[in-house]
Amino acid sequence: MLGIVWIAIMVGSFVYACTTGSVAALGDALFDSASSCVTFILEIGAYMIMWSGFMNVAKTGGLTEKLAKFMSPVITRIFKGVKKGSEELKLICTNLSANMLGLSNAATPLGMSAMKKLSEKSINNTATNNMCMLAVINCASLQIVPSTLIAMRSAHDSVSAASITVPIWITSLITVIFAVLITKLCEGRDIHG
Amino acid sequence: MDKIGTYIMPLAILGILCFGFAKKTDVYSSFISGVKEGFSSVASIFPALFALFLAVGVFRASGLVDLITRLISPLTNAIGFPSELVPFALLRPVSGSGSLAMASDIFSKFGPDSFEGMAVSVMMGSTETTFYTTAVYFAASGTKNIRHTLKCALIADLFSMAVSIIVCRIFYAP
Repeated sequence: MLGIVWIAIMVGSFVYACTTGSVAALGDALFDSASSCVTFILEIGAYMIMWSGFMNVAKTGGLTEKLAKFMSPVITRIFKGVKKGSEELKLICTNLSANMLGLSNAATPLGMSAMKKLSEKSINNTATNNMCMLAVINCASLQIVPSTLIAMRSAHDSVSAASITVPIWITSLITVIFAVLITKLCEGRDIHG
Repeated sequence: MDKIGTYIMPLAILGILCFGFAKKTDVYSSFISGVKEGFSSVASIFPALFALFLAVGVFRASGLVDLITRLISPLTNAIGFPSELVPFALLRPVSGSGSLAMASDIFSKFGPDSFEGMAVSVMMGSTETTFYTTAVYFAASGTKNIRHTLKCALIADLFSMAVSIIVCRIFYAP
């Protein structure tokens, strides 16, 4: 999918530039983008590496599990049939809390395990309501410290790079609630095996 | 309100260090292994990011971005959505690197503290790469029929973009 989008943007831009006669500008643009990407990765990469170090300290101390425990009462209410103390619940909660902490390297494998565990109740390779819910919630990001974004903004000389944090919290929270509601609204009855 | 944002990073780091210390973990070696992990993930995003920076670069230079923006502006103006952000909004659910490249392009063009820069930041921070996330998660369970997932996730993305604009209008009246 991304491959098609990439080719479409590249070829589309060249073809359009031919019709408007701005082909010459594209050579410069290619070189500028290549060098600005290298500058960009050095700047935000430095920040991402630092943040990854600090977050690993939090992870080793067990912050993910702490947050997971804290959110489990809400999760049992959203995911029907996921019982207190079950393996599914633990996986779902740690997946979501790792995501909230911005530990995407840890969150993805946890989410995949949670999905596998939930799929034990599915038949004919069809997603259950709970599986759909887990995917939708993961698509609606909820991050406590939007570290990459703050890094990007300070790389572009923002006067207050972190000032977007509160607006992001508000927007994310409203979106997650909306996402859960709309998914509940769309789901039909599960065909259980 | 801005103050909370400014203090969040230093406070979070202080909190994390105290937390690690209180839990009697080896804070220094956890930090070092996190740095190692961060280094390899930065290295792994680079190739895709590079490819998409080139794409966004020619996309802007060819004038195609302006054409799309101009064509779509009657519609977006009617609903109060900044038309300059439409290409970003379209790319966001498809490509994480692409939306990073596009956001960076918007920051260079308008500045990170402009209304466009703020709005693109909030959109970026409150959405995910929907197509990628769904594909990865359902591949893990071998699910073929994902039912209402994509529909709901994309509606939520659209909703999130709209809320981003409204929240930014409240916080940073243009």
